[in-house]
Amino acid sequence: MILNTVQSAETGRVGRIRAWRRFKEKAIEAFFLANGLFAVVVLIAIFSMLFTEGWPALKRVPLGEWFLSAEWDPTSPVRESYGILALIVSTLMVSVGALILAVPLGIACAAYIADVAPPKVREIVKPVIEILAGIPSVVVGFFGLVVLGPLLAKVFHTGNGLNGVNGSILLAIMALPTIMSVSEDAIVSVPQELKNASLALGATRWQTLMRVTIPAALSGIVASVMLGMGRAIGETMTVLMACGNAPAMPHSFLDPVRTMTATIAIELGETVQGSTHFHSLFVIAFFLFLMTFAVNLVSDIILQRVRRRMGGA
Amino acid sequence: MPNPTNPIELVTRDFSFYYGNYQALTSISMDVERNRVTAFIGPSGCGKSTFLRSLNRMNDIIPGTRVEGKVLLGGVDIYNKDVDVVDLRRKVGMVFQKSNPFPKSIFDNVAYGLRIHGERNPSAVAQRVEESLRAAALWNEVKDRLDKSAMDLSGGQQQRLCIARALAVRPEIVLMDEPASALDPLATQKIEELIFELKKDYTIIIVTHNMQQAARVSDTTAFFYLGELVEFDETKRIFTNPKEKKTEDYITGRFG
Repeated sequence: MILNTVQSAETGRVGRIRAWRRFKEKAIEAFFLANGLFAVVVLIAIFSMLFTEGWPALKRVPLGEWFLSAEWDPTSPVRESYGILALIVSTLMVSVGALILAVPLGIACAAYIADVAPPKVREIVKPVIEILAGIPSVVVGFFGLVVLGPLLAKVFHTGNGLNGVNGSILLAIMALPTIMSVSEDAIVSVPQELKNASLALGATRWQTLMRVTIPAALSGIVASVMLGMGRAIGETMTVLMACGNAPAMPHSFLDPVRTMTATIAIELGETVQGSTHFHSLFVIAFFLFLMTFAVNLVSDIILQRVRRRMGGA
Repeated sequence: MPNPTNPIELVTRDFSFYYGNYQALTSISMDVERNRVTAFIGPSGCGKSTFLRSLNRMNDIIPGTRVEGKVLLGGVDIYNKDVDVVDLRRKVGMVFQKSNPFPKSIFDNVAYGLRIHGERNPSAVAQRVEESLRAAALWNEVKDRLDKSAMDLSGGQQQRLCIARALAVRPEIVLMDEPASALDPLATQKIEELIFELKKDYTIIIVTHNMQQAARVSDTTAFFYLGELVEFDETKRIFTNPKEKKTEDYITGRFG
């Protein structure tokens, strides 16, 4: 009898502890779920905000004009035009130009730090390059304005040197740390066994790097390029300061260009709220959003494919 | 020392190896005969793998290592300054404990060694790939899917692929570092049969933890203990009538 009471008291306590533990598990789970959902909710909110704010302009201006016309002149007293083709081309031009500069440099740098450099050099060089990522974009833009611009003007004999090349170089500087750092992590994490297999077959370090290590790290390298691309497409202040901002179709990298982001930043403060011009800036933002979204999507697909090919089964 | 019945392929004389200040191998002298299987046995940390990796200078990769003494291959000391480590490793191939196929197709794995050594002719490459896969007893299992990823193969197949990859560059010696330790008994048996076949064309040195395996596949056996070569003799003798007490203790399972 006494024994029974003791036992049931014991189970009561154990039961309470168990219930509490279960509750804690559930609470933690809910907390993480809420965090995850929050990101999704914010994303959807921004997306729908852009769309609803852009809708009045999308409704008024035919879809063809947005994409087929390169003439952006929403404040013309004669005929307002909403062609964003030149802006899209400018954005792509400056970003792709930046990648052309930053990708080879970033991967080479990553390969050097990960595979060639002695550990001491790695410990110094990597943080230094990562600090580059922390430079505020307005400072980079300033550099483009007062240093790179005059330099380019002198070298190419063109106006003030505020043009596509200037923007590309600056964006390359800004994308470089991302590409370098993420690629370096990917190259470092290639198993030593793979490199050993290559070396044991009589491959040189260079052959091993080019034919085994970099291909095996490809998924991370692709991810780094996509991250860098995302950074370049979305960057505003730097390109605003350094690209010259002529809203016309650029014919070469030496033309002044005006990106989508710069257009929004320049004009949003000057429009009449509620005007078609005002709403059209949201349309630009909406398409910009779709572009970065597409870049991320494509990179995810590439990554999955590369992983499947590398990982087997 | 065993009485050589075949010509000597590889000679080491007073070979010592250091990781920094730690001496991992002490004065190893050994003659390895051509077209025979030599097994290295001994407890973990006895230096047998270090010694194996010294024979194609894979230890060069590890910083702070140092060697003394000689390893002679065809009369030339492989640690001589003039020796090109790339040439050495082509002559002395290696199969690792953990199968490590490249994340490439089966064909490209075997062709890798040929391509890095400058073989451009596609039909010559294809022919050598087939020969090597046949020699590694893998051809019949993979001939219809040479373009598939090597990562899709089973563990045993992957290890035989690594053997084929090592054979493709036509080495003289194949070093095997516990090649079957991560495999199931059936896959192990296949590897052992393969080793028996391969010794017709190659000199094989195998490190193994498994004493039955050493007894089954090797002609001569070297017993290492604490970085020293305790005994080196015909496998039959080592396992039936060892000279050293230590060897006997290890083989009979008294320590290890």
